[in-house]
Amino acid sequence: MNRLSVTGLRVRYGPIEAVRGLDLEVGPGEIVALLGANGAGKTSTLSAIAGLVPPSGGRILLDGEDVTGLPAEALARRGVGLVPEGRRVFASLTVAENLLLGGAVHAPPPERRARLRRMEDRFPVLGERRDQKAGLLSGGEQQMLAIARVLMAAPRLLLMDEPSLGLAPQMVERVFDLIAQLRSEGLTILLVEQNVPMSLDIANHGVVLANGRVSLRGTARDLLASDAVRGAYLAG
Amino acid sequence: MGTLLQQTVNALSLGGVYALLALGLATVFSIVRLINFAHGEVMTIAGYGIWWALLLALPAPVAILAGVAVAVGAALAMERIAFRPMRGADVTTLLITSFAVSEIIKVLFQNGISARPVPIVLPAWLTSTIDLGAVRIGMISVVSIAAVVLALGAMALLLRRTPLGLAMRAAAEDFAVVRLMGIKANHVVALAFAISGALAGIAAVLWVAQRGSVDPLMGATPVLKAFIATVLGGLGSLGGAVLGGFVVGAVEVFLQGFLPEAALPYREAISLSIIIGLLVLRPDGLWPAANVSRS
Repeated sequence: MNRLSVTGLRVRYGPIEAVRGLDLEVGPGEIVALLGANGAGKTSTLSAIAGLVPPSGGRILLDGEDVTGLPAEALARRGVGLVPEGRRVFASLTVAENLLLGGAVHAPPPERRARLRRMEDRFPVLGERRDQKAGLLSGGEQQMLAIARVLMAAPRLLLMDEPSLGLAPQMVERVFDLIAQLRSEGLTILLVEQNVPMSLDIANHGVVLANGRVSLRGTARDLLASDAVRGAYLAG
Repeated sequence: MGTLLQQTVNALSLGGVYALLALGLATVFSIVRLINFAHGEVMTIAGYGIWWALLLALPAPVAILAGVAVAVGAALAMERIAFRPMRGADVTTLLITSFAVSEIIKVLFQNGISARPVPIVLPAWLTSTIDLGAVRIGMISVVSIAAVVLALGAMALLLRRTPLGLAMRAAAEDFAVVRLMGIKANHVVALAFAISGALAGIAAVLWVAQRGSVDPLMGATPVLKAFIATVLGGLGSLGGAVLGGFVVGAVEVFLQGFLPEAALPYREAISLSIIIGLLVLRPDGLWPAANVSRS
């Protein structure tokens, strides 16, 4: 069974329909890259799956359970984690407070502390800066914090919206390495990215959106080789 | 020297009440972007709660607790009945809703009980004075200052040490992401209103103890001052609200105490001019909210 199965998804903001009948599947333990130009409907799709906007049509199944239209807090409790575009760490809270909040409803206090220590081991910079305000971190460090914060919830489906956006090149590498590593630990990831070659490099499948619909889909390897993707994104 | 001490105690006790009210306003504003002008009526309701409890011959400490409990209940009911259906509406709509709630409650008390003040008799020890040689200090001022310190301390602990407090601080910054953490929006909002209600309830106890009566317009003036305090401190900033409350109280008391008699009729004008002057110097407030750049 698929971890995530989306059929006929529609998202509407007033008169504008951002997503118009999207089908999408993510199997357990795989990375699916959701690609497409600005305004193609990628963020709207993630927002609907995370429950931040109610879909105007279609169905969303999580491990076969219909979760269409549930609010964000209910989906989070069911194991859907979102790393939002632009990181959105809580700038006025400390690094440790950001992380503890990420696990607040998912683990009782002792387990939450244990997870916090694991995150600080995994991301040493967050351990060093645990008592600093998150707003003082660099962009790359904030991205690590945003990812670690959502990992505190031990999600079964991880949605990531442009995690490499605005980062320095070596930080971009680190983020993609981390995403690949998370998959090898068994996490299921739906990845929205502008960096098409690096995304398809680590993804199992790719889905290309245009105007709120799927224009192309396939294995990451086929997409990397396809003329359409090469023409649109890899030409240079 | 003696008068200075006396006036300082008065300034702290009055400023403390403003600080509690301003902190309640700021707590709600920081989370739901609502300036709740019905906050004064929460205070009024608490006042009548104390009055009613004393009529039932309950002992004073029980009546005081009842007043605070009634205020918490009133704030939660306001949120549930009036503000939750308006969630997500623009600032003006929320503001007008709060005016409506405020007017309805005032009229209910005016027609249901009386437009005149009803007396409240509190225990004699509360209204006694402490003699320090040449200086006499009202017991109620001392109690007020102690209550304000305790309430502010408890609030700081709640915000710093509990998961829900963390969630509230985070929600003031980015509510959507707090929901992504699985924390229920309704819980956070209800907690903000409950806290504002408790603070208004404590403020009401102190206000009533200092004045000895309750009337339907009781909360209107102090909450107006508290609103000025939140703006002076920096709208949305909790620390700023507390600081603003003490500044507004101090300006008011010291002007009353030290202005020449001929200038006393202009006290309010002078005090507001001082506050406007401070805002000209610090347009974002004395202690602005950290997160002004929010979508």
